[in-house]
Amino acid sequence: MSKSIRRLTSFILLMFIALFAFATNIQVFQADALVGDGRNVRASYDSYKTLRGSILVESTPVASSYEVDDNFRYQREYESEIYSHLTGYFSLFQGSTAIEREMSNFLSGQSSAQFFDQINAVLSGTPISGANVELTIDDGLQRAAWDALGSSRGAVIAIDPRTGDIKALVSKPGFDANLLASHSFSSSSSAYEELLTDEAAPLINRAITGDQYHPGSVFKMVVAAAALESGNFTPESEFEDSDSLRLPGSISSISNASDTTCGDGETVTLRTAFVKSCNIPFAELGMQLGENELRVQSELFGIGRSVEIPMSVSPSTFPQDMTEAQVALSSFGQFNVRMTPMQVAMITSAIANQGVIYTPQLIDRVVSNNLELLSEPSPQVFGSPISQSTAGILTQMMFESVEIGSSGNAKIPGMAVAGKTGTAENGFGDPFTYWFTGFAPAENPDLVVTVVVEGDSQARTGNTVAAPIGKRLLESVR
Amino acid sequence: MSNMSLTQALPRLINSVPRSRSMEAVLLFWVAGMHAFQLAQIQLSATDNLDEQILLYWTPLFLASFVFHMVLRFKAKAADSLLLPLATLLNGLGISMIYRLDLAEAARGNEQLLGMRQVWLTLFAMAVAALVLWVLKNHMTLKRFTYIAMAAGILTLLLPMLPVIGAEINGARLWIRLGELTFQPGEIAKLLLVIFFAGYLTKHRDSLSLIGKKIWGVRIPRARDLGPLLLVWVASLGVLVLQRDLGTSLLYFGIFLALLYVATGRGFYAAIGIGMIITGGLVASQLLSYVGNRFDSWLNPFVQENYTGVGGSYQLVQGLFGMAHGGILGAGLGGGYPQLVPLAANDFIFAAVAEELGLVGVFAVLSIYLLITYRGLRIAISHRDDFSRLLAAGLSFVIALQVFIVVGGVLRLVPLTGLTTPFLAAGGSSLLANWLVIALLLRISDSANKQVIQ
Repeated sequence: MSKSIRRLTSFILLMFIALFAFATNIQVFQADALVGDGRNVRASYDSYKTLRGSILVESTPVASSYEVDDNFRYQREYESEIYSHLTGYFSLFQGSTAIEREMSNFLSGQSSAQFFDQINAVLSGTPISGANVELTIDDGLQRAAWDALGSSRGAVIAIDPRTGDIKALVSKPGFDANLLASHSFSSSSSAYEELLTDEAAPLINRAITGDQYHPGSVFKMVVAAAALESGNFTPESEFEDSDSLRLPGSISSISNASDTTCGDGETVTLRTAFVKSCNIPFAELGMQLGENELRVQSELFGIGRSVEIPMSVSPSTFPQDMTEAQVALSSFGQFNVRMTPMQVAMITSAIANQGVIYTPQLIDRVVSNNLELLSEPSPQVFGSPISQSTAGILTQMMFESVEIGSSGNAKIPGMAVAGKTGTAENGFGDPFTYWFTGFAPAENPDLVVTVVVEGDSQARTGNTVAAPIGKRLLESVR
Repeated sequence: MSNMSLTQALPRLINSVPRSRSMEAVLLFWVAGMHAFQLAQIQLSATDNLDEQILLYWTPLFLASFVFHMVLRFKAKAADSLLLPLATLLNGLGISMIYRLDLAEAARGNEQLLGMRQVWLTLFAMAVAALVLWVLKNHMTLKRFTYIAMAAGILTLLLPMLPVIGAEINGARLWIRLGELTFQPGEIAKLLLVIFFAGYLTKHRDSLSLIGKKIWGVRIPRARDLGPLLLVWVASLGVLVLQRDLGTSLLYFGIFLALLYVATGRGFYAAIGIGMIITGGLVASQLLSYVGNRFDSWLNPFVQENYTGVGGSYQLVQGLFGMAHGGILGAGLGGGYPQLVPLAANDFIFAAVAEELGLVGVFAVLSIYLLITYRGLRIAISHRDDFSRLLAAGLSFVIALQVFIVVGGVLRLVPLTGLTTPFLAAGGSSLLANWLVIALLLRISDSANKQVIQ
């Protein structure tokens, strides 16, 4: 019997080892994720014990805390609505969002990187101070993007294609995060209720989430990339040039935006179709490539995947199991193709950066209160969706699109700009979605800019609405 | 010592602690000091000042532990000297945490005195346990009550099913209510059943150990020897269906299985039994909606529908949030928010401890349970008599398995059940049962050590 009791002892030891392992997992390895969960209010309750770190742009706080004389000791303060979708809010009653949420462990001093500070705080009895999070944002560009959008709804993103650093990220309308950070339950709640029910959905960050947009002609970058990558097409490949194309298996037909033929002859080249943004040749091209090849290229660009910047970017979608007619419509970004502006910016940065996408990133570095560097994310390669030569050809075509084609309003004297506009339809009678995405200088890009503007009752184009906004940001490169 | 491996050295080190009552007294003073320190820290962090109120929470346990110590000096001189200090340490920590939760509730405007209640229940439980030690001169007497224990155990188990006195709390029908007092008979039933299992298996271990035919190279027991195992399995499932309590059901079956294995030394019982647990669990999760819900909440606690659903994973997830918030070092006593977890003083006291004392505290508390179990199993091995061995092994395993099920539930290792955390959780039935376990283990160890001396 002694032997079986010893075996039972070993078994009990195993049971306890399992408990030790699970406790360690929760309290060490999963701890940051669990503390950062928006439903976990403990970190925000702790905000009245610790001085929460600031969120900095070019070393100037855009969100910071100061001492007040109430139960919660520290009041969170936000500098400007311009940064509302980046900082998010940190509310005692509504939880937290965006950087306030994703970087909460650092801001509240609870991250595992600050382990020794925590021990120090326990031993010395002085409360720990949160770390400061420095963003990659360029204040000038961010303000320019905010101003350029004016009173329109939409989003602007600027990225350095060589690193993935996000230089500007604006979503309009913004909101006043100070209202939500109020220590009064009733005023915080009523402000939240108001924002939540606002028809303009100011709490939605249109750049990375939301209902997403039809990419329209901007999607031609993906279709052209798929064609060039297949090896069966060159910019000089020719397509039948008609003023109307009957969709297979359907009674409806499509036309170019001009309602005429694309070029002057019987056929039109891929280059001309791209530069002048004609729908019919692209529908033909899309049908020749087929759904599968379009999907493969789309997925290489990141469509269907989520990215953490560190906020989660909703996956963009390219529909499945389409009929030929639906493939034709998808080839110029209609039907059920849906994209976030961030996804469009990533596609553009692949073209700008010789075929390589760097994962978009908002965090420059995290520095503790005593100036110790806690985290400094290095640029991460997201993928190489296209070859260097394809990127070169697309750059040339986008340059021509600005220089002599449909994106002319982005032209900047003295600097080569590459760009593509889009005017997406959202159903009969609904307002259009206006796009511009591009980069400059075309030969050695410093900056990728993507603009989306939600239309109103007026019928305009991406070139008249979005391209000038893109131009204003790209001008800063000079 | 130099050429001794850690696995040899550690047990030897633990065994080298002298079995002396003086040692026990020293340890009890140390435990009392720890308890005072906890209470002081809690009061300071909650109210910013220190007053004599904490003495009301400290003194009774301190005195009771020394009365218990004196009973041992007179009635069980040779008994193990670690069990009493270890149990007192946990009991004290439990009182501290419950007092701490009371203060948190008071800050929210809810006056509750669960901590004071726990102090009185502790006194009661320790008094009964000391009385048992005093009266029960030889635990072999219990062997004579094998079948009476069985009948009493089953009756006790069925009490909550009776109308009028039976009561359902949080969906499980485990309580009886007499006026203001509620009692969980299952806690006592588990002791009676351990006595029954030990007696029954002492008598039948030889026939149960017989080996039947060999099939596919594995020797399996004769069909009729599987009878008792099947019977207990069916009875455990009965508990699951009638009283709607997964934990109790698992506990009873697990205890029987462990003792069956210890008595016979036959691995196939363990294999078959674990298979039966898995089968029973899977079938129950399909057929019984509340078991299915528990499984779903266990596997997908963070899904919003489970989190917000009635009887969903809210409590579990809040517990995980709290423990994660505590991290390695803990928020410090009084520094966390254990009151955010529903039923923090009962089901989730372990999460409260983990949040405030951190992973360090978790390791300490689990090690104390492990040490209690380990001492119990040492007592089992050192005794020459079969019944005593089985009884000691069974009692130790009760504590180990109960800790595994309830703490495992809080840590999401197993589905969450309604068992109590021994010595820590608020509640008299549980305290009484666990102090009786300690009393019986002390009694058996006294007789084991005397037999060695002779």
